[in-house]
Amino acid sequence: MKDERILIKGNEAVAFGAADAGCRCYFGYPITPQNEIPEALARLLPERGGQFVQAESEVAAVNMLLGAGACGVPAMTSSSGCGLSLMQEGISYMAGSHVPGVLVNMQRGGPGLGDIGPSQGDYFQAVKGGGHGDHRNLVLAPSTAQECYDFMFRAFALAFKYANPVLILGDAIVGQIKEPVRRMPPSDAVPAEALIRSTASWRMEGYGRRGPDGRPRLLKSVYLAEGALAERNRLLAQKYASMRAECAWDCVQTEDADLVVVAFGSVARIARSAMRSLRRDGHRVGLFRPVTLYPFPAEALAALAPGRRFLVLEQNLGQMVEDVRQAVFGLDGPAKVLWHGIMPGLFASADDVREPMLQALGEVR
Amino acid sequence: MPKYRDVIMAGFGGQGVMLMGNLLAQAGMESGLEVSFIPVYGAEMRGGTANCTVVLDEHPIGAPLVRTPLSTIILNEPSLRKFQPRLAPGGVQVVNVSLVEKGLLAADKHSVCIAANDMAHDLGNVKLANMVALGAWLKAVPILSLEAVQEALKRVVSTHYAHLIPVNAKALEVGYKAVAA
Repeated sequence: MKDERILIKGNEAVAFGAADAGCRCYFGYPITPQNEIPEALARLLPERGGQFVQAESEVAAVNMLLGAGACGVPAMTSSSGCGLSLMQEGISYMAGSHVPGVLVNMQRGGPGLGDIGPSQGDYFQAVKGGGHGDHRNLVLAPSTAQECYDFMFRAFALAFKYANPVLILGDAIVGQIKEPVRRMPPSDAVPAEALIRSTASWRMEGYGRRGPDGRPRLLKSVYLAEGALAERNRLLAQKYASMRAECAWDCVQTEDADLVVVAFGSVARIARSAMRSLRRDGHRVGLFRPVTLYPFPAEALAALAPGRRFLVLEQNLGQMVEDVRQAVFGLDGPAKVLWHGIMPGLFASADDVREPMLQALGEVR
Repeated sequence: MPKYRDVIMAGFGGQGVMLMGNLLAQAGMESGLEVSFIPVYGAEMRGGTANCTVVLDEHPIGAPLVRTPLSTIILNEPSLRKFQPRLAPGGVQVVNVSLVEKGLLAADKHSVCIAANDMAHDLGNVKLANMVALGAWLKAVPILSLEAVQEALKRVVSTHYAHLIPVNAKALEVGYKAVAA
């Protein structure tokens, strides 16, 4: 029997996904645990007429990404933890200038150099902007190697729809896990030209090319004239508000649940295993998994709130829990949201999250 | 009862732990199962300890890592010290007794002893010890056929080493046959 699936790492799935989703250029600097992404793209992109550049630093890589995006070229970078910190200035410039681009953060343990184990410690950095000034990235959180592949299509489409940075937030488990993945048939791959065409009205094309209004084209994030920056921020605020249409989430057995676990990425799948065993013992546990971390699916979560408690499970010292509390704030009493953190750097198993889930169930009764 | 199996494979870097894990996961996928493989190793590779976890299931896999594995393949002594206490009640450990003192095996754990290095040496290449051990595991933990794993070698071994596939398939068989049904 021929199996259509291929066994690849989450990182490799990101690379295949990018290549099939129309990515034309990659710029990056190596760091564990995401090195299979540049390794695979170094082969895949030149095969398809694209460009692979190992930059001299993460700062250089993100500015190359800014340049490619400004020219309307579908491009990406990837890194982990401290590498993303170095990129924040460039990401802020991209957001301020309405420039599309895709960034991948396969999080590692922090703060500082940390370790190469899994962590969700960059949640705040990812969903609250990360760089200076008011800016937001669209953030997608894959949980499986298949989603690493599929979400690259969504990431490039969203980056070009909103002319905004899109961040894929994975971690060492999501990047290193090897699982069966189904690739799109080549006929369904997105040609880079489809994305490039959508930028016809604003992209940089060289000296003398003018916009539809006859004026020279300019992409910039500096607005010094009186009132100009306020106007710019008003536009950005409208854009961020319109992104709410992209909210995505996944509910597993929440209908009859007394306790709903809220978790994303690798922790969500670990929680699902624990949930299965608790269900076998008769406990009514459900799972709510935000797929977009920004925009955060607050309304969908609030809709689940009546009569239920939430247990936020995340691999950090308490970050997404703030967004969950805000989503259900004022709905029904103060003790609604419980929290349990897995320490960054640990490789957690279902047993590690079963205990706090049982404890939370006890508090439900 | 769902068809669920998990295994932690552990040894020195260079003993072929990752190849074993990749091969088992590939064969599981080709047999129509859901599979996950996840490596755990430090920044140092050669000579350090390395381990990986493979999960095989009929259903989509949640946690790819397990605290109390249902089975293990132990290629050296440090790995036995690390994983023997974690073996689930009723679990089975396949132990390479060429490198592990039998006296260290806990009486309350089910151990399948296989002199993998010695048998690999007899096959002409001590590097085949990993395949001998995996063959023994396939008999001790029935879920995949020996043939499915031998067949999957073609997808896991790089073309550069394709000439070594027959001897690896042989090593799997030798390990498989060494364990009583």
